[in-house]
Amino acid sequence: MIELRHLSKTYSSSSQEVNALNDINLTINDGDVYGIIGMSGAGKSTLVRCINMLERPTSGQVLVDGKDMGALSPAELRKERRSITMIFQQFNLLMQRNCLSNVCFPMELAGMKKSDAKARAMELLETVGLPDKADTYPAQLSGGQQQRIAIARALATQPKVLLCDEATSALDPTTTHQILTLIKDINRKLGITVVVITHQMSVVKEICSHVAILDNGTVKEEGLVGAVFAAPKSEAARRLVFPGRADKKVSDPASEQQLRLVFRDDKTTAVPLVARLAQETGVAANVISATTQMLSDEVYGSMLVGVPKNDIPLVIAYLSQYPAITVEEVSADVQ
Amino acid sequence: MFSNIFTSQSWQEALVCIKTEIPFAIWETFYVTVLATVLATVIGLPLGVLLVAGEKKGVLPLPGWLMKALNVIINLLRSIPFLILMIMVFPLSRLIIGTTVGTTATIVPLVVAAFPFIARLVEGSLREVDPNIIEAAQSMGASPMQIICKVMIPESIPSLIGNITIALTTILGYSAMSGIIGGGGLGKIAINYGYYRYKYLVMLIAVILLILLVQIFQSAGTKLSVSSDKRLK
Repeated sequence: MIELRHLSKTYSSSSQEVNALNDINLTINDGDVYGIIGMSGAGKSTLVRCINMLERPTSGQVLVDGKDMGALSPAELRKERRSITMIFQQFNLLMQRNCLSNVCFPMELAGMKKSDAKARAMELLETVGLPDKADTYPAQLSGGQQQRIAIARALATQPKVLLCDEATSALDPTTTHQILTLIKDINRKLGITVVVITHQMSVVKEICSHVAILDNGTVKEEGLVGAVFAAPKSEAARRLVFPGRADKKVSDPASEQQLRLVFRDDKTTAVPLVARLAQETGVAANVISATTQMLSDEVYGSMLVGVPKNDIPLVIAYLSQYPAITVEEVSADVQ
Repeated sequence: MFSNIFTSQSWQEALVCIKTEIPFAIWETFYVTVLATVLATVIGLPLGVLLVAGEKKGVLPLPGWLMKALNVIINLLRSIPFLILMIMVFPLSRLIIGTTVGTTATIVPLVVAAFPFIARLVEGSLREVDPNIIEAAQSMGASPMQIICKVMIPESIPSLIGNITIALTTILGYSAMSGIIGGGGLGKIAINYGYYRYKYLVMLIAVILLILLVQIFQSAGTKLSVSSDKRLK
């Protein structure tokens, strides 16, 4: 279990102070795939680096299985880092070593016998699907292949936690999907806790069980992916979940009030709601946007409709008969 | 002044010189250059590592005053003209070699002149290493020494070979200057024959041989540097 308690990080230069992280409190349970999502500059990378103390927090604690990471001696910290490994956006392989000895590298650092390290590295290359690349150098590989080697390297010391810092941000959508599938497999088969740092909604939707939304150095919202994404409460979350502003052009805020309807399960999502609304109340709603998506293996629907301002009470009263639908009024500037 | 350069008499003298003195002079130049480069690298490489690793944000931060002192000493040694430096290190040469004249004695000023240069070149090479790769090694639990020995130096090998080749050719040039204080080699022949005895043809031949040596060293170094770089295949 990883616990972040009142974690803050301030960068100070002579001219100014920047609060990269502000009183972060998160708990990541064993076996979770925990997404931390935010825009660039939100503090995601700093946050993940605080977990393995690549960045020292200014205040607050990081507890990994109860162990206070900040209180460890340098030697203890180095040992602990073997069980909290990391993969990166730019893969960061050693370019002058072939793939096999890249995978051997962390074992070499830990003082493992060379022949044992090699045997394990070969197994890991098998795990990530690149057993034939042992003698190849990283420069000869594609980005996706390099990330696979980096994943094999990260698994070498049998970690409990895998930190992924924008691990798929440099990859194309197909390769991203393959790498995410691999990470998910690793999570399921080896029971490794995964912390995913990303700015891509699609990444969180695809593999994460939990998500925290980071904005301006603070956690705005966190919880199960389905709960957070289906009905985002904070403005930062809304910006991420409903990024499009095209509806401004199809709905006139002077005459229409926008309502967001969130459908919590597949049965409700199957209800022909707009048609029934028209038949039973006579209100013609204007569908601005609608999606149905899988979040953590559950179906969620979300619809943005424009309703004539006078009919709002009627519509809300009508919709309240569906318990699995949540309705909220959306103002024109905060979606 | 060069009017008598290609007379039959001067050819005769040059031929004698080529047969008797030049082969040994080539060997002397070669041996002094290579030995001085090796010794200067032995001192300069660790210093170059310290210049990078010892920085405030480096992998092995050293006290600020120590870094400052290191930088000042290196800059100081690099600003003394080699001709003067050769004379200034006489006491050191006497202490180490026992004499201040002769080919072996010139290795001392060459090393003193070259190690700060090499330290700076090594510094440049190590700075080229991607800081993200160093961070990755840290995230795997590498100690500062492991990062230096297993990441920084191995990752910059091609650049280091290229830079040490530059140092080698520079030292070769310096070694020719050491003919003035009694050092042997092609430089001595060029000075003795050309400057003191007006035998310009011999001087010319010595210079051509020096050029050839530089060419050989440089192309061998470049080849080695390129072939060692696994990023280029």
